[in-house]
Amino acid sequence: MKIPYFPGCSLKTYASGFEKSAIAAGKALDIELVELPRWNCCGVVSSLTKDDLMHHLAPVRNLMRLSDMKTSGLADEDKRLLVLCSMCMNTFKRTNLKVRENSEDLATLNDFMYLEEAKYDGSVDIVHFLELLKEYGFDKISESVNTSLAGLKVAPYYGCMLIRPKEVGIDDAEEPTIFENLISSLGAEPVSWHAKNQCCGSYLTVNKQDTVIKLTRRILDNAQQEKADVIVTSCPLCAFNLDSRQALLQETNPGFEPIPVLYFTQLMAIAFGLDAATYGFEKNKVDPMPLLNKKVFI
Amino acid sequence: MGEKKIGVFLCQCGGNISKTIDLDAVSQYVETREDVDVVKIHSNMCSGAGQKMIIEEAKEKGLNRIVIASCSPHFHEKTFKGTMEKAGLNPFVLELVNLREHCSWAHKDQPEIATEKAKDLVNAGVNKVREDYELAKKKIQMGNRVLVIGGGIAGIQAALDLADTGNQVYLVEKEPTIGGKMAILTKTFPTEDCSACIISPKMAAAQDHPNITLLTNSEIVRTVGHRLLFDITVEKKPRYIKPEIDMDQCLICEQCVQECPVSAPNKWEQGIMQRKAIYIPAALAIPFNYLIDDTVCLHFKDGSCNKCETVCPQQVIDFSQKPERIQFIVDSIIVATGYDSVEPSEKPMFGYDKFQNVVTGLEMERIVDHITENPPPRPVGKRIAFIQCVGSRDEQIGREYCSRVCCMYSVKLASLLKQAKPDKDIYIFYTDLRAFGKGFEEYYKRAQDLGIKFIRGKAAELYENHENKKVVLKAEDTLSRQIIESEFDLVVLAMGLKPNDSTEKIVNFLKLTKSSDGFLQEAHPKYKPVDTNIEGVFICGTAQGPKDIPDTVAQASAAAARVMVTLAQKEFDVDPQLAFVHTDICDGCQKCINACPKNAIVMKDGKAEVVEALCIGCGACIAACPVEALDFHNSTNLQMYRTVDGILEEKNPEENRLVIFADNTCTYRVADALGIRKMKYDIDARIIRVPSSARITTNLIVHAVKMGADAVVLGDCPAASSQFPWSREVAEKSIAAAAAILENEGIEGKRIYFEEFTAGDLVKFTTLVNGLGAQVKQFTRITEQQRKDI
Amino acid sequence: MAKKIKLDDKTQAFQKLVEDLCGQNTAKCDQCGTCSGGCPFVEDMDITPAELMRKVMLGQEDVLESETMWICATCNTCTVRCPRKLDVSKIAEALRQIRLRNEIDQLDIGKISREEIKELPQIALIAALRKLSS
Ligand SMILES: Cc1cc2nc3c(=O)[nH]c(=O)nc-3n(C[C@H](O)[C@H](O)[C@H](O)COP(=O)(O)OP(=O)(O)OC[C@H]3O[C@@H](n4cnc5c(N)ncnc54)[C@H](O)[C@@H]3O)c2cc1C
Ligand code: SF4
Ligand code: SF4
Ligand code: SF4
Ligand code: SF4
Repeated sequence: MKIPYFPGCSLKTYASGFEKSAIAAGKALDIELVELPRWNCCGVVSSLTKDDLMHHLAPVRNLMRLSDMKTSGLADEDKRLLVLCSMCMNTFKRTNLKVRENSEDLATLNDFMYLEEAKYDGSVDIVHFLELLKEYGFDKISESVNTSLAGLKVAPYYGCMLIRPKEVGIDDAEEPTIFENLISSLGAEPVSWHAKNQCCGSYLTVNKQDTVIKLTRRILDNAQQEKADVIVTSCPLCAFNLDSRQALLQETNPGFEPIPVLYFTQLMAIAFGLDAATYGFEKNKVDPMPLLNKKVFI
Repeated sequence: MGEKKIGVFLCQCGGNISKTIDLDAVSQYVETREDVDVVKIHSNMCSGAGQKMIIEEAKEKGLNRIVIASCSPHFHEKTFKGTMEKAGLNPFVLELVNLREHCSWAHKDQPEIATEKAKDLVNAGVNKVREDYELAKKKIQMGNRVLVIGGGIAGIQAALDLADTGNQVYLVEKEPTIGGKMAILTKTFPTEDCSACIISPKMAAAQDHPNITLLTNSEIVRTVGHRLLFDITVEKKPRYIKPEIDMDQCLICEQCVQECPVSAPNKWEQGIMQRKAIYIPAALAIPFNYLIDDTVCLHFKDGSCNKCETVCPQQVIDFSQKPERIQFIVDSIIVATGYDSVEPSEKPMFGYDKFQNVVTGLEMERIVDHITENPPPRPVGKRIAFIQCVGSRDEQIGREYCSRVCCMYSVKLASLLKQAKPDKDIYIFYTDLRAFGKGFEEYYKRAQDLGIKFIRGKAAELYENHENKKVVLKAEDTLSRQIIESEFDLVVLAMGLKPNDSTEKIVNFLKLTKSSDGFLQEAHPKYKPVDTNIEGVFICGTAQGPKDIPDTVAQASAAAARVMVTLAQKEFDVDPQLAFVHTDICDGCQKCINACPKNAIVMKDGKAEVVEALCIGCGACIAACPVEALDFHNSTNLQMYRTVDGILEEKNPEENRLVIFADNTCTYRVADALGIRKMKYDIDARIIRVPSSARITTNLIVHAVKMGADAVVLGDCPAASSQFPWSREVAEKSIAAAAAILENEGIEGKRIYFEEFTAGDLVKFTTLVNGLGAQVKQFTRITEQQRKDI
Repeated sequence: MAKKIKLDDKTQAFQKLVEDLCGQNTAKCDQCGTCSGGCPFVEDMDITPAELMRKVMLGQEDVLESETMWICATCNTCTVRCPRKLDVSKIAEALRQIRLRNEIDQLDIGKISREEIKELPQIALIAALRKLSS
């Protein structure tokens, strides 16, 4: 199956390991991620005021690009766009909601981009990779597992964008299970912890580091209380706050034990026994290898 | 009734009719009909002289069918029915033709065409009267048997009131003991009376009353229903103790319980204690006897145990018992199925399923009830928080209503606890504190006096401290604008109330309606608070909506009184213009049973039968019957077809006809009002009076087009004000089917549609009819061949 | 000293301005405090989310001086819990927009060190720029 796929900025830079492992893991399941032609930034955050259409241009422009991927043979479908990054997903879905509810806004947005060859009609559905995996079947995913993750305690970190608000979330806003199901299907042990839906501090990492450190600390502490070996996420910004910011935490708290943070696709690549080059650990700040060597690759 | 002799009487209405319509021409036209014996014109048919003429003609010529063409039946139907009786004729062999409102007044400026239209209308009247037959008013007899569903305080109270006044009551309870939630409560607010002490005498009275048949461990599995005889089937689950009726057999010696190796959470104690697989449901259970829980008993699991059977000195254990079906007939029903606590899993942020120190209000009732025991079965620690409005007043989970008792029960539980153990540190987190009942505000103030602290803010979430299993509560104290994040030994969720899950089945059996909050809907919130949409069925207690015990008891007595009023009538009249079944045609498919919103159709010897006591004459069943076996007195299929024929027989191929089936309450009256105001509309319109639009079948619509109609409209009241709110849905189904048939022949399906009218929709009516007239002219004319081919 | 407030056309107009921008009806708010109690940022805010709601309902323009709207990161924890289905994050956004449209920025990218900018992923930078500057 060939599905149109939107990488977004992070996956080409800071979160390249996310993309690498996702493409490889997808391939192992016979899902080919076909990159959207001429994509641009998704806009990252959605505008929430009613009159602020400008900030919806970026996502809409991407959605236009999908129009003839099927006819041109690039992909098997052109009504669904696969997204990996939770923030992109949230932004796309919120824009979609807005233009579907309000045809005038959609017309205005199209008018803004009158030089584009295509128009957007609101018909594209955004699918997160986790949703696609659920559709594929977690039981079937188990069949592709070649490396045992038995005994590896994985804390699924949902954060905000994947599950809130309810209109765009891919699972229950308070008790989501999709991550847990994936982790179980990969043979690892999902950890039950209460910080799994708590905000990582998001973009305040730019101007309010103290606030963010407080939040990440709370999350990391909870993961460790629950004896997690690793945390998995699907958001490059969460990954930055939880992974890269551990350096700051260590500075101020000498006793702090770092904990690796992985993208869920990296865990998949490991479980599927794919070539280590596809893991894409280069950008991970807390090196997962020592732990994996101890618990998985023995 | 021998030979049909028809008389037609044309009224001039002092010129109101005759100045526009040439009645002589109409008279000559009808006279040409062979089946008409007499045609007479009179200046004022409704006057004494006019009526006298009709009576004399009828007697003299031996007329046995009468057509009177005059004003709207809404004016003089009663008068002329009286005339019929004076002439010794049945009032149902009379047809009234509306020449004034629907013809002469509406089409004042087109006298010639109006005369032609009048001929059509009279012709239809004659066609219909030929098929009229005598109908008699019916009387229905009633008994005094009442079913009460649910043995909580509501059901018990209603049953006792009814039994005390000599009615025969069946009290059906699904649990092995009656008493409902009230029996579980420790004490009751605001008086702190012992709950069990108040309800147990009533439970015992219900058991001992000679007029009450108590069926516990039982559920309704079938009702075939109507006021005279709701035919009820109950399934009684086995207790595995014999014989069930003669309780003396078991000595309550407890030897079985001591031997039984299986234990399970005690449901009645809300799981804070254990019981055995063989057990007595509660300390004050009625009936007070053992039963075996076959879901946990090892004998039923794998046959590995029969210890109780061996040890019982009286040999009363009987593993072979099977569920038993009991069937009986009642005249009236009270639904008192009560409530359930909202599931704490609906609010997962409070972690009820995960944290051991989070409990519900009902659990706290039992905990507090045992708190002075040493040691108590469920210790509570020192610092306790109550969270109000969990599962109530919450749009996120679709429960917008206030549950009305949780504020006061939390105040009560906190007060009882504090009085028993003054060292406890108790907080109540609330949004609004509702203390509206008698003595409630004083009770709330007393709780403050006791030192219970009220915090105005709803808790947002809980989490567990891993080390000590205490619960951390996060909330804003909205009065001081500070955030509280504190540990508690126990958190009580003041769960809201929701309709008892098994109420749903009863709703389906009896075709009751529910209000938007999911509780049973009363017939009218102000003046019919315990009646329902189904005659003879009443509701009370928390099944109708959240309420406390005093309100429940008051409502239960009210429902019992309403049953008494209903049954006191002993017999009642039924309008004979109702549905009936041609048993020779009915093939027993039962489609009508589901179609009837009033449960008025039952199966008898494989054929449908309409229970006249219950039928309200909506016609929904008629449209549902695929073989036209269902029919309607004084508006039979044959009568309808003949009316349509009469109206269209004289149509020239180049003319247009708009046939409007007008419901008697709204649409027909709009047309009357238009006539009275002399407001005109397209003269091609032909209005046919029908009991409701639901009565119009697909075949009838198609037949009208076949006979020459160019458009067909089904008019009815808006659902909100209709006595048959479901009409539109039924009518639209028939319309869709008819449209499909027409489309098949290349005729536009758009020619048929449904429209809502209130009796005041004058402009809407004229606009519609005129628009339709114009639209029909736009369509390509339906050819005679097309009409034939349908 | 307790502040005295006057409710007049001006306060009503301010309430309307905010409500029109974000489509929320602040009069619905029960002041239950669920939003504040669950807000992960609340300790760093000067007024709680529920108070923010309250101030808008009462048309108090001093709400624009509050830090709270700049700290709310649209995590939507409150949004999915508010028993009245209100969305504090939209109120916060409307207030930010009112400030930003007056060209009062919260973020001066020039003040962040080069190394820091290099380290920050663009997802964070763009998001912050979009939310905190005009
Ligand atoms: C924690 C708590 C504390 C409370 N404290 C107080 C208090 O102190 N004072 C006060 O006034 N009120 C109190 N209340 C409210 C009180 O419980 C109710 O007002 C009262 O019990 C309602 O009685 P009921 O008969 O309507 O319903 P229920 O007690 O629910 O009885 C309904 C009965 O019908 C049975 N039933 C249901 N469906 C079927 C079926 N299909 N077939 C057969 N049987 C069926 C049920 O098993 C049950 O026995 C409290 C409520 C709660 C939750
Ligand atoms: S009675 Fe009190 S606790 Fe219960 S829903 Fe109403 S306000 Fe909330
Ligand atoms: S006319 Fe209406 S109420 Fe009467 S039997 Fe038919 S469907 Fe039921
Ligand atoms: S949760 Fe909603 S109702 Fe409660 S205080 Fe916040 S905004 Fe108001
Ligand atoms: S959306 Fe804003 S106010 Fe609401 S919980 Fe998140 S940060 Fe707090």
